[in-house]
Amino acid sequence: MIRAENIFKSFDDNEVLKGISMEFLPGKTNLIIGRSGAGKTVFLKILVGLIIPTSGKVYYDDIDFFSLNKKQIREIRMQVGMLFQGSALFDSMTVEENIRFPLDMFSNMSLAEKRDRVNWCLERVNLPGVNDKYPSEISGGMQKRVGIARAIVLSPKYLFCDEPNSGLDPRTALLIDELIQDITYEHNITTIINTHDMNSVMEIGDNIAFLHQGRLAWRGNKDQVLETENEELKSFIFASPFLQRLRTQALAAKSRS
Amino acid sequence: MNFNLLYHFGRYIMLLRQAFSRPENWSMYWKETLRQMNDIGIGSIVIVALISVFMGAVAAVQFAYQLDGTLVPRWYIGYIVRDLAIIESAPTITCLVLAGKVGSNMAAELGGMRQKEHIDAMEIMGVNTANYLITPKVVAALVVIPLLVTLSAYIAIGGGYLATVPTGQITAEEYARGLRAFFIEFNVTMMYVKAFVFAFILTTVSCFQGYYVQGGSIELGKASTNAVVFSNILILLADYLLAVLLTS
Repeated sequence: MIRAENIFKSFDDNEVLKGISMEFLPGKTNLIIGRSGAGKTVFLKILVGLIIPTSGKVYYDDIDFFSLNKKQIREIRMQVGMLFQGSALFDSMTVEENIRFPLDMFSNMSLAEKRDRVNWCLERVNLPGVNDKYPSEISGGMQKRVGIARAIVLSPKYLFCDEPNSGLDPRTALLIDELIQDITYEHNITTIINTHDMNSVMEIGDNIAFLHQGRLAWRGNKDQVLETENEELKSFIFASPFLQRLRTQALAAKSRS
Repeated sequence: MNFNLLYHFGRYIMLLRQAFSRPENWSMYWKETLRQMNDIGIGSIVIVALISVFMGAVAAVQFAYQLDGTLVPRWYIGYIVRDLAIIESAPTITCLVLAGKVGSNMAAELGGMRQKEHIDAMEIMGVNTANYLITPKVVAALVVIPLLVTLSAYIAIGGGYLATVPTGQITAEEYARGLRAFFIEFNVTMMYVKAFVFAFILTTVSCFQGYYVQGGSIELGKASTNAVVFSNILILLADYLLAVLLTS
């Protein structure tokens, strides 16, 4: 479990986060949603330790992350996998070398064992046989899947995903969402996804946190989103008239049943 | 302004401290160091050879022109070209050129990695990124740049020969006599001291500029330019200080 406690973050005079506290549960897909500029990415980067908060604490299973020394932070980070918005695959390495990188750096496995592990990860993300391709030779959706394969290669306890669906078509986005959810359930991972993709919210939102103007404005799950009376959340999720009509129809159908 | 300078100097020192710590996995660092040696060394041979041959040729022609109508023996051309190459042009000019070629490349590479979140990705994995990304570059440069400087000195001397002997300004025997005259071994030591110091400056300053890039392509361009400008200024400053220290 990851717990954030009263997180504040300012950049010069601009206060981006204004006292956010929440818990992220293991075995669940925890979503952070909100408009652009709501502070989602800053919050995610604070959770993962890439940005230091102005004040507040982050606990990994009751361990205060920002009080740890470098060695202890490295130990925690070896239990963390992260999928970046742009996949962040190393251009000069093949797909296999990208996925193998954490193993090369930190494990004592033989090359054959590492290759087995890489192949297992590639099969898990439905991408067998692309080992020798370079990131520039595969599509954006495939790059995301390679990013997921690299994130899970060390069997992480915590998985962070920053906008996993950005730039993908709806069908591929759904596949990525399902893949992340399946991996989360299979390995009981604490998964935190930063997104503003409404399909993700409605499909895999086990635990949703809505940030608005640097504050936690709403919490719930995908079923509760539909019935929410929070005006900010409604105007964010059901932004178009088409989605508003869908919501009305869905609520009517629900009340009839 | 002064505080800004101190701030950047402090960050530079802290980055070096982080970079020169114990590697997590020696074999990964060794592979990366070899790759950097290839990029810096093999990738720079042509440009170093080209500038060196002209440095030697120009020095020889200019000196021959100055000797016209004087009582100074013409075989001094070989002597001057040799010492000029060893003491100054091979280490300094080569490193100034390498700051432009290799330094800007390093800053752009690291800056690009920062912008594409590659450095963040490595940090999340638990990699000491300053150590993994900077140390192999510095070690590779410390090995390869002195070799390039040696090559440069030889080629500059060859350039002086080509500019004066085939054109009939002096004979091959005269040029060779000049090369053998008044040889001081310490000058070679001085060349290597300069090569090591300049190699360290140009790699660490360039990596520093690239590692902390923020923003977009304009900032990346600025970092790359700053890498060259600051490296060149610091190399020239170090050149002066070393000249004072090593010749006093």
